[in-house]
Amino acid sequence: MSENLRITNNKFVDQTTRISFKFDGKILYGFKGDTLASALLANNIHLVGRSFKYHRPRGIMACGSEEPNAIVQVGNDASMTEPNTRATEIELYEGLEASSQNCWPSVNFDIGAVNNFFSPLIPAAFYYKTFMWPANFWKLYEYFIRKSAGLGKSPTEPDKDIYDHRYLHCDVLVVGGGVSGIMAAKTAAKNNLNTLLIDDKNILGGSTIYQKNECFKINNFYSNEWIKKEIETLNSLKNLIIKTRTSLAAYHSYNYLLARENLTDHLNLNERKNKIRQRLWKIRAKKVIIATGAMERPLIFNNNDRPGIILSSSIKKYIDYYGVKCGQKISLFTNNDSAYETAISLNNSGVNVNSVVDIRDKTNSLIVKQAEKLGIKIHWKSTVVNTSGYKKINSIEIMKLSDDGTAVVEKKIKEECDCLGIAGGWTPRVHLFTQSGGKLKFRDEDNVFLPDKSELDQISIGSCNGDFELDEIIRNSANSINKFLNLNNNDYENLEIISSKEIDKKNIWLLPSDKPLGKTKPFLDFQNDSTANDIKLALREGFKSIEHVKRYTTTGMATDQGKLSNMHALGIIAETAGVKMGELGTTTFRPPYTPLTFGAIVGRNVGEFFDITRRTPMHDWHVENKAKFENVGQWKRAWYYPIDNENMHEAVQRESKAARDSAGILDASTLGKIDIQGSDASEFLNRVYTNAWSKLEIGKCRYGLMLNEDGMVYDDGVTTRLSENHYLMTTTTGGAANVLSKLEDYLQTEWPELDVYLTSVTDHYGTVSICGPNSKKILSKIIPDLDLSDKDFPHMSFKNALIDNIKCRVMRISFTGEHSYEINIQSSYAKSVWEKCFEAGKEFNITPYGTETMHLLRAEKGFIIAGQDTDGTMTPVDLQMDWIISKKKYDFIGKRSLYRSDTIRKDRKQLVGLLTDDPKEILEEGAQIVAETNKQPIEMLGHVTSSYFSPNLNKSIALAIVKNGKKLKGQKLFVPMKNKTINVTITDTVFLDKENKRLNA
Amino acid sequence: MFLINCPYCGERDQSEFTAGGEAHIVRPKQPTELSDDQWAEFLFMRKNIKGVQLERWNHAHGCRKWFNMARDTSNDRIHAVYKMGEKPPIK
Ligand SMILES: [Zn+2]
Repeated sequence: MSENLRITNNKFVDQTTRISFKFDGKILYGFKGDTLASALLANNIHLVGRSFKYHRPRGIMACGSEEPNAIVQVGNDASMTEPNTRATEIELYEGLEASSQNCWPSVNFDIGAVNNFFSPLIPAAFYYKTFMWPANFWKLYEYFIRKSAGLGKSPTEPDKDIYDHRYLHCDVLVVGGGVSGIMAAKTAAKNNLNTLLIDDKNILGGSTIYQKNECFKINNFYSNEWIKKEIETLNSLKNLIIKTRTSLAAYHSYNYLLARENLTDHLNLNERKNKIRQRLWKIRAKKVIIATGAMERPLIFNNNDRPGIILSSSIKKYIDYYGVKCGQKISLFTNNDSAYETAISLNNSGVNVNSVVDIRDKTNSLIVKQAEKLGIKIHWKSTVVNTSGYKKINSIEIMKLSDDGTAVVEKKIKEECDCLGIAGGWTPRVHLFTQSGGKLKFRDEDNVFLPDKSELDQISIGSCNGDFELDEIIRNSANSINKFLNLNNNDYENLEIISSKEIDKKNIWLLPSDKPLGKTKPFLDFQNDSTANDIKLALREGFKSIEHVKRYTTTGMATDQGKLSNMHALGIIAETAGVKMGELGTTTFRPPYTPLTFGAIVGRNVGEFFDITRRTPMHDWHVENKAKFENVGQWKRAWYYPIDNENMHEAVQRESKAARDSAGILDASTLGKIDIQGSDASEFLNRVYTNAWSKLEIGKCRYGLMLNEDGMVYDDGVTTRLSENHYLMTTTTGGAANVLSKLEDYLQTEWPELDVYLTSVTDHYGTVSICGPNSKKILSKIIPDLDLSDKDFPHMSFKNALIDNIKCRVMRISFTGEHSYEINIQSSYAKSVWEKCFEAGKEFNITPYGTETMHLLRAEKGFIIAGQDTDGTMTPVDLQMDWIISKKKYDFIGKRSLYRSDTIRKDRKQLVGLLTDDPKEILEEGAQIVAETNKQPIEMLGHVTSSYFSPNLNKSIALAIVKNGKKLKGQKLFVPMKNKTINVTITDTVFLDKENKRLNA
Repeated sequence: MFLINCPYCGERDQSEFTAGGEAHIVRPKQPTELSDDQWAEFLFMRKNIKGVQLERWNHAHGCRKWFNMARDTSNDRIHAVYKMGEKPPIK
């Protein structure tokens, strides 16, 4: 530390606990209680980044979440590094490593800075205009832009930290712990309302906690002393929860709010182990009181962006709270009284204030008089026209303003300084209010947007509601709180308040300079580097809407959402376009108020908790037998069972052959199962399936197709009549939940008169499917006393049976075209039955097969998979399944749609079979099908939906949907691929055993 | 994020519910007697109004019951919830 920039009589920073940290590789020291920004300033480091477009040196400008420049990368661990954090919000901890973000290769030597000298060539929308053309150059530009744009580095490895979510319900939520927030929380909690008070800082009290000034006193106490006592009384209240380091991220309708609590970010690295880093609170509040305060505006003048130019109120916080001098020779520039508070604080701490440049003619408020009494020099009716100093400000140029404030007059005064405080007035933080859908009104007198109408049970109090004077804040807040909570609290009546009142107001959005506008750089949005000139250019180019100007110039589009820039942008637009500012409206503030980490957003829903994993009762057996799994919805399904070094193709070929040659065993437990009971169950099925159900005998099974009301195939499956009024419906694995909810919908809303009850029993039963010519022999070993003759137990029928005294349901149904059985058994016994079947099948080489083989086998038979061969645009007729549409039934879901003009169109896409001319050639699923190859553009007739190499037919087979496909049987078509064109012929959809002989083999 | 007063369970978070579109569109009793246009009217045409809209909701992750809601689409205020088969509250 070359200069001593610390004052010692400070209570908020613990100057006995020294903390070392690294910034841009350099080891530095600060104290416990510092932020990264205050520690850097204490080390006389202002330059912390480069601007986005021109790569101008930029310094710390603020002390809170509105900081536009000091955006740093924290940490250098591949899993923990975090970009886009604000140095002003990072509490200093032992082990902190941070680096400047927007500079390459380093903050002091920056390649992009050449942009600064070419800046006349980089006007508004430079990026849009330049990099849009030619389009294929983008890949060249992108590298350059990303590298030099300074968007920070993402971590490359998973986040090791723990985050979580919690719900909180309260009567009153108070957002913001300044004067009015503390009053609100105390009033509410004292009156038996469950109250939550949150504040994003580590202590309560807002800016009042360090306000020790003769001009601001309550009952003869300095306001900082008064608020300290108020905070002490809060701690004794039972109904109050106080959460500091907690920032409100989003305010949604119905008073649903999200707040992020930082739990470990301020701790030394070695103290964080196994602790939750951040918690996202999901808050439901009956009433919300917003007391988020206001933020200071900058002033817009030529070269207002140099390091060392800092918001005046921030300079005050750095000296009064952190005990850090932002400079040794500080100048102040203002349009209002608040810069004088800073001047007095600096003066009291022994820092030399060069002068205050005030654009107002002259004013005599209490605080200005006090400053004058201290001998502080004031340049009335003046403006700063320029600043100098490349990496840090070293002087300013001051000129007198003309009477109308549009020009500068008289001679230029040069004043040397190492820091310039700027005070452009105050902007109420109405972001949360607007996020919640509240509408704003404009107050012309001091150019502020204020909360107006809201649909929700909420109020804004204090300076976020436009009260800027201490006495007004206390009196108005007390009244509003009582009215809002319907109370008669009198704690804040009859207080004796001394408050300096601002008498004169003056505002100039863009301050004049002695140079023409085109030769100046008055920055508006410091993070996105747009100037007042860019706004004016956009208006000249014809943009009128604030939302368009914002996007065109990127003003307000950076990570700070233009917290500092929006008001000036609006002001300049209004002035230039000659409209009233209130009529222009404002831009929309969207959540989050400050950026949230992805960790906080996802909480514990990571890794295996990201989504539910559903496993069948036989899952462990599949694992032991080396199955590869595929995800089907949330289910893990055995995909194939490789032996030795088999790849998927080899395993599937072997499994498919074994299933048809002898026996295969499949875990079909994931199929959706819906238990249907009630005296109208048959009628219900009649209405939901396309085919007839009333005549299905007890003990028989039937395949059914379910449509949407628009006539398109929705789901399919086999349903079994277990008894007179009892059915078991199966659905596709993926469709189970949706089918149940669709059926419930019809039952509850369209047909409440039907006596039908639906229960999902998918998880209650495991399903073992045995197929192949030897399946009957295997089953007879397991259930010897069951008559398996075709006469007694034919295809599409069902029997109750016992296996080891466990009741089970055996269906003789087939999805492979083989003689096969499905055994449904209580989940807890399913694995033992599976193992029993496997043992019994060993002498027949029973082969476990997975979903891939199942798909292959059914494709050989031309059976569809709803969702693979259909896509919500296929009717049963399109699928060549006309046979399943009952002609006799008066109505069923989707029936009327089957003869709409569009669904009876002859040239619809229809399901067909495809054979490749080269039987070894396997088509790619999704491949397009055309009729000609040497024409461009060429009509796409359809696409391949299923494709396999059939080991049983020893050739490649495929299903496809093709325009007018039914008529094209035997026709040659083409499947053009990247490197070749495959010749195919349209065939029937059934490739194997057209006569269904194998079912009864 | 709404707070929805399920007529069967009471107030629950919106995440437990699914929305089912405009309410009181009755499935025609005799679809086969309708013209293409009449059927299309039932099948496709929805009002999607700005203002108080009667709509279907399902307490999907709760009691699984369908019910109706009168919601102002311009500000998301829920004016009433009522059971299937009940008349909409007069507006
Ligand atoms: Zn419910």
